[in-house]
Amino acid sequence: MAMSARDLDKREFFFGHKACAGCGGSLAVRIALKVLGERAVSVLPAGCMSAVGFNFPQLAFTNNAFITPFAATASVMTGIEAGLRQRGIDDFQVVGFAGDGGTADIGLQALSGAIDRGDNILYICYDNEAYMNTGIQKSGLTPYGAKTTTTPYKGSRRHKKDMLAIVAANGVDYAASASIGYLEDYIRKIEKAAGITGTKYIHVLAPCPVGWGFKTDETVDIAREAVDVGAWSLREYENGEWKLNREPSRPQDLELYMKRQGRFKIEKQYQEENNYAGE
Amino acid sequence: MPLKSLPNKAPELTAFEGGYLVSPNGGWRSVRPVINMNLCVHCGQCYLYCPDGTISPELCLDYNFCKGCGICAKMCKRGAITMQKEADYA
Repeated sequence: MAMSARDLDKREFFFGHKACAGCGGSLAVRIALKVLGERAVSVLPAGCMSAVGFNFPQLAFTNNAFITPFAATASVMTGIEAGLRQRGIDDFQVVGFAGDGGTADIGLQALSGAIDRGDNILYICYDNEAYMNTGIQKSGLTPYGAKTTTTPYKGSRRHKKDMLAIVAANGVDYAASASIGYLEDYIRKIEKAAGITGTKYIHVLAPCPVGWGFKTDETVDIAREAVDVGAWSLREYENGEWKLNREPSRPQDLELYMKRQGRFKIEKQYQEENNYAGE
Repeated sequence: MPLKSLPNKAPELTAFEGGYLVSPNGGWRSVRPVINMNLCVHCGQCYLYCPDGTISPELCLDYNFCKGCGICAKMCKRGAITMQKEADYA
């Protein structure tokens, strides 16, 4: 059964956090915990969501939450799942929230190991396309041409890793990509993943106003537009089959999408050196 | 101005008893969202898309934790939420 906004848990499980105004990642965590409910155990590596959620002595999480070493998100999830199972507790869901760097670069081997073992965990990667917590450094999921503090001049020269294909190749039980611009789709996928026993992976696009260079109120708009213009796809992988959940409705507007964001702006010096003709 | 319904009780759903200590974030804000209940159709989009969860399903706004990002005003198809200068409320 599909869950709508009205059926969500009315309590807030991620509240009073210190994320920047208009943070996409915090919306992804908040909604995921509302779907999973109070029996979810959150696991967070170093990253934005652990930096804004755990400010000693404050705790923005209402359910159980752990900070892990950067590379060990999936390993700690495995341990918590095994420990709780050992104690005879079975009505819980271990959920991990790792950023794009903690998933695609640093935590990749731990995730691969967890998929290999077939642990019953839900891994959510909130993808803000750079290491935003430490000040916008390029990660493996930074798209081509996006400027970061480590690729300041021409922007990233590498394309984004296809994380869904990587986890699918590892033999994951369920993998899906989502966007915070389409929360109904995101909620449905989390609900579906929570009902599957096995390793689940959800990759959610979570724009960052500070790192991407747009106004704080445009977060959801940009996340929606990314899907509409085809810069991000909503896909599902299950039982060895791929499914596209939404066709890009206006792929011709890709340029508009990129022009809205400060990170794709081309430096004047670079334009002159390369006789760049565009605006 | 006659209002359809004006929820005046502070949101209770956002704070748990014996829960956790969080200091207010309200001071971060330079603009605040104000809901016009005459235009509101209770679609719940502002509640759903608020990154901080400061709008309750009954549309009570928790001004202690709202950071004034403006997503709710943008999400509101009816234009019932306006962002007003915080200085006017000081």
